[in-house]
Amino acid sequence: MSDLNEQEAHLVEWLADMREEEALQLANTMLLEEGADPLRVLALCRMAMDIVGKRFEEGEYFLPELVLAGEMLELIGAVAKPLIKQGEGGEAARLGRVLIGTVHGDLHDIGKNIVSFMLDINGFEVKDIGIDVPVNKFIEEINAFEPDVVGLSGFLTLAFDSMKETIAAFEQEGMRDRFKIMIGGGQIDETVRTYTGADAFGTNAVEAVNLCRNWMGVAA
Amino acid sequence: MPQLDGGGGMSRMIGPYEQSDAAKAAYDARWERIMACVRLEQPDRMPVGMQSFFWPATHGGITYKELMHDYEKAKRVCYDVVAEFEPDGVYPLLMGTGQGLALEKLEFKQLQWPGHGVGDMQPYQYLDREYMSADEYDDFLFDPTGFYIQKYLPRVAGAFEGFDKLPSFPGLHYFRLVNGIRPFALPEVRASFEKIVAAAEEVNVFFGHHIDWVQKINAAGFPLFNGINAVSPYDFIADYFRGATGMMKDLYRHKDKLKQVLDKAAVFLTRMTITNAKLSGNPIVFIPIHWAPDAFMSPKQFEEFWWPPFRKMMMGMIEADLIPMPMWESDCTKRLEIIKDIPPGKCIYWFERTDMVKAFEVLGDVVALRGNLSPSLMTTGKPDEVDAAVKHLVDNVWNKGGKLILDGAFGIPDETPTANVRAMFDAARRYAG
Repeated sequence: MSDLNEQEAHLVEWLADMREEEALQLANTMLLEEGADPLRVLALCRMAMDIVGKRFEEGEYFLPELVLAGEMLELIGAVAKPLIKQGEGGEAARLGRVLIGTVHGDLHDIGKNIVSFMLDINGFEVKDIGIDVPVNKFIEEINAFEPDVVGLSGFLTLAFDSMKETIAAFEQEGMRDRFKIMIGGGQIDETVRTYTGADAFGTNAVEAVNLCRNWMGVAA
Repeated sequence: MPQLDGGGGMSRMIGPYEQSDAAKAAYDARWERIMACVRLEQPDRMPVGMQSFFWPATHGGITYKELMHDYEKAKRVCYDVVAEFEPDGVYPLLMGTGQGLALEKLEFKQLQWPGHGVGDMQPYQYLDREYMSADEYDDFLFDPTGFYIQKYLPRVAGAFEGFDKLPSFPGLHYFRLVNGIRPFALPEVRASFEKIVAAAEEVNVFFGHHIDWVQKINAAGFPLFNGINAVSPYDFIADYFRGATGMMKDLYRHKDKLKQVLDKAAVFLTRMTITNAKLSGNPIVFIPIHWAPDAFMSPKQFEEFWWPPFRKMMMGMIEADLIPMPMWESDCTKRLEIIKDIPPGKCIYWFERTDMVKAFEVLGDVVALRGNLSPSLMTTGKPDEVDAAVKHLVDNVWNKGGKLILDGAFGIPDETPTANVRAMFDAARRYAG
């Protein structure tokens, strides 16, 4: 973080250390009182999120930190994004597109939401199509969004068969080779991956990010 | 343990059901097998537990909706699985799935169940929401009962919606009390009471069927494993009040108030659990644990927030001669050294995805163990793979002195093929008596 000034370094450090009150106050001061470049502030947020992700991988941080980090980012984003002038900067180039949803019959979304958030802050363009998603809706959304990776989420044991049916339908549609498929959720393991025909499974959000990075040829 | 009638003759009656001497002997032997494990003594063979939610419907050829709404069909399929597989202890199966009619009459909002949000062959699912906002901690702490009556109950069940019109009771006195009861005459409040009475009558009917089923399996020689369920203080607040993400943020934003609420919950949950368990006549209390897994919080957070109120609750239960049976969901390997801190020979620890061999190494001289054939194996594997998984547990836990009660990781998954359940029970007999 050698290219950061003292104020910027504080923002990154406080966000990464979960010092929410101080971080939000500083971000608001920078954006609303000092006229800081909103794109720069969002870039600082992404730096902080990289640190959060690393700490998660290293076993220092757990789900509460990912959730709080997401919340802080959302609060800062709500202030920063309206300040971005039209045509200015724009979105950074995305690493790839990920379509994600909870398979039909299953209404759970906590894990899926955390995976979506982590993919988003790690540079992927994510389309989350919700819970209890019928096979046909997956196919329609894939045709429209053209993702590089499809993530199937499910918490219940009934999701094993829903995932298998969904992936079999991709085969029937002749679209299976157009993207990679990752699955995740409370009961997912290698046995389920084999059963469903997915390319990979993950047990947490960082594993999902790493799978997508590897598939997109991005160094972790 | 459930008390049996009579004794000494050729048979005895349990409710309307006759229990033969042979069935009584089988009942006693099964219960003793479980109790020996709890005491960390060697039973005559490895006990096998039976817990499930919707698998009896899958096995018995009825819909999940029927299991939840048709008492006679539910009792039949839940009796048949017990008679066919002969477990040593049986979860109160109807309690887990038989309340569809009561849920309807209560207009329960926290679940979607077959016919109410999910299909006829789908299990009920809990709706994770904030049922108490972060700024309501003070209200809850000041007067939990008042918070329940005016805020919480109307949020979780339509039948209670009129309760938000009820007066705040503390402070009512003398003529203020007389005048203060006027809200009871409001149409919304009257309607609430009518709905609640109707729902309570339905629960009574349900309980009659539950008791009937219990008497029938008891008469046939099969004990209930546990009489009641309970909840840990942290999970109680996380699941049913603050919601998953709300609770995670509270670890940072409202940590002091959260701790106060957890301390308070530990007291009233312990009292409620002891009262209900004594009424059930069965000392084992099943406590599904949702928020302890390794991935869900740091070891420091676990030791600061999760474990102290739960340990306090378990100690209260042990002092009341109950046997806590927490079911540690997901992988709790990093928690083993911490949760070891309880008196030996008093609990059953059921593990879902924690490596049972590792659990035995750390906890083998402290608690009986239960579990843990994986859901993916049970639902998608072959019988010979189930057999091999049982043998692995027998070789590496049971034969090394572990007091293991065999079961699925979280009982028998809803979709499990019968052949895999048969393989589980047969392998237990083949390899461990």
